[in-house]
Amino acid sequence: MSANKGEHRFGMVIDLDKCTGCGACSVACMSENNIGTLLDETDKIRSITWLRVYQIDNGKAFPDTQIAFIPRPCQHCEGSHGHHTPCVSVCPATATDYDETTGIVSQIPTRCIGCRYCVGACPYHARYFNWFDVPWPKGAERGLSPFVSPRMRGVVEKCTFCYHRYQRAKNKAFLEGGSVGEKDYQTACTEACPSGAITFGDLNNPKHKVHELAKNPLAFRLLERLGTNTKVYYVSQRDWVQRKLDNYLAGEKLPVKAAS
Amino acid sequence: MDDSKFWPQGVKRCKPGMFIAWLLLPLALGGWATLSAFLCLYKGLNQTNMNDYFAFGVWIVVDLAIIALGAGAFFTGYLTYVLRRHELKNIINAAVIIGFICYSGAILMLGIDIGQPARGWFGFWHANVHSMLTEVMFCITTYAIVLIVEFVPLILENRQISKVPDLAIFAHHLHRIMIVFAATGTFLSFFHQGSLGGMFGVLYARPFAFRTGYMIWPWTFFLFILSAIASGPSFTTLIVMWTEKMSGRQLTSHSVKMLMGKISGFLLIFYMVLKTADTAYWANVTLPNMGLTMGDLYKQGPYGEWLLWVELGLCGWLPAIMLMFQKVRETYGLLALAMILNCSGAVFNRFVFTIQSLAIPVLPFENFASYLPSWQEWGISAGVIAYGLLLFSLAYRYLPVFPQEAELNK
Repeated sequence: MSANKGEHRFGMVIDLDKCTGCGACSVACMSENNIGTLLDETDKIRSITWLRVYQIDNGKAFPDTQIAFIPRPCQHCEGSHGHHTPCVSVCPATATDYDETTGIVSQIPTRCIGCRYCVGACPYHARYFNWFDVPWPKGAERGLSPFVSPRMRGVVEKCTFCYHRYQRAKNKAFLEGGSVGEKDYQTACTEACPSGAITFGDLNNPKHKVHELAKNPLAFRLLERLGTNTKVYYVSQRDWVQRKLDNYLAGEKLPVKAAS
Repeated sequence: MDDSKFWPQGVKRCKPGMFIAWLLLPLALGGWATLSAFLCLYKGLNQTNMNDYFAFGVWIVVDLAIIALGAGAFFTGYLTYVLRRHELKNIINAAVIIGFICYSGAILMLGIDIGQPARGWFGFWHANVHSMLTEVMFCITTYAIVLIVEFVPLILENRQISKVPDLAIFAHHLHRIMIVFAATGTFLSFFHQGSLGGMFGVLYARPFAFRTGYMIWPWTFFLFILSAIASGPSFTTLIVMWTEKMSGRQLTSHSVKMLMGKISGFLLIFYMVLKTADTAYWANVTLPNMGLTMGDLYKQGPYGEWLLWVELGLCGWLPAIMLMFQKVRETYGLLALAMILNCSGAVFNRFVFTIQSLAIPVLPFENFASYLPSWQEWGISAGVIAYGLLLFSLAYRYLPVFPQEAELNK
């Protein structure tokens, strides 16, 4: 369930020094995956944003203040040290699954009983419970993507690395007699990022950009010390950004030495 | 209106008017719970104050607490029927009723707590064998059935029902094979009490809850079993003591209560030694490996270190030491106090594992979110207590729960 035995291991590398915090990735994700808008969107811990962009700062006063934006999709944990993916292993109804052929953590909303154990298990807050029915305006169904089912109240949902796009790419490859190429399967957020901060592809495939980018000595992962073994890598030249993305004891050095 | 012909043989009960007046309290609470349940089922869980940071709320705390406190049923049953501690037969009926109330109440509550109640059975049909919650679902449901089987003979012993020969024979035969159900209940209960602890201990990405362990079982698996069997007998005894105060009648001899206190005390000492060792290992080894110190996890909002001192000190070591002393056990008030502290410790433990685990942000840049239950959440929690009051009151009035009562109140 946790070990990746397949040929693919889809992942993402996000260059935090390129991210401007514009939020285009979030908007593209919501549009692509039929995420609705609630009547009251002010309560952000009850609304749904599969790809949330956090803003962090270095804690220093002007003029030394620096900020960074952290786009946070589901990290698609693989687990390590004999562990399972934090959320997949806890679901009582097998409503979330680790696809060993792609490394993608999927969600089956129609099987979810809404116990929210997975929500509690995820340290990234990447899982969202539908506290409300989405009040789709009349005629909105014409604007929905036919490839992703809208979810009902009382179930959990999350980023799927636009899995429907992978299915489409697989169908295309089957019909054309080839294999899924790097450009055939890209997530909506990757395509929408105007500064090219997000790169997506197969971490196992040397021909894909992410394969090299993830090996960058400045690449690190969110809460890496927990052993979640995620497939979303972040890159930053800034020492303080790296330090803010994991927990460190006082005086502890970063595992990867940043350039500045 | 005279219902005395339904009372157990040789005992007295309050007048029907007074009994009905008392029942107004649980009925009123039940009304509040019914309205809350309707709103939560009809409008959804947006009626609660839970959110994506507090995925579990007061309901899970109450669930875990009553399941731990209801452990008196299986453990007293084990001691009575399997280990043949015959003196506990004087309190086993009360333990079974309290266990039944706790478990059925928890199941009812969970039915509202899940976002899709109509899919509750998916946990059995699409069971994920890796999930501790799956094991909890299976064991709680099957153990609830065992509790029904244990409760049925007591109902059939009602003075009027037992006049029906076939039912009396059926009850007699059920009694004779009770050891089978007591042993089954013990097996099932051990596993789900443990799985409830395991549910939190396996959350390796939640440093507050995560514990290392033995093979697939985190230490919380064993600690939850121990704390449940240490607090369960105390809770049973406390309910009996409370019923004595309410009815003005002695229901069991003090030696039975002292024995329950002694059992609780020894188990609590054992639990506290292991719990203290577990906390020390977690603080000094597990957390630093994750880049955290214990202080990092006790600085958010009201979740300070005081919780640790209350749970382990005031409601842990103190009652454990108190219950070790014969003089404390001999004194009615002190015995009750030690048992109250013991049960509060178990509730505190379930509270911190449920709420504090989720309250402490793991992402260093994440903000602390607060949570206070809504009136609907309190309503349903109160409903479980009301359900317990109603059922236990009816059982006490009409069923021969306490074999010693007639003798002790001559």
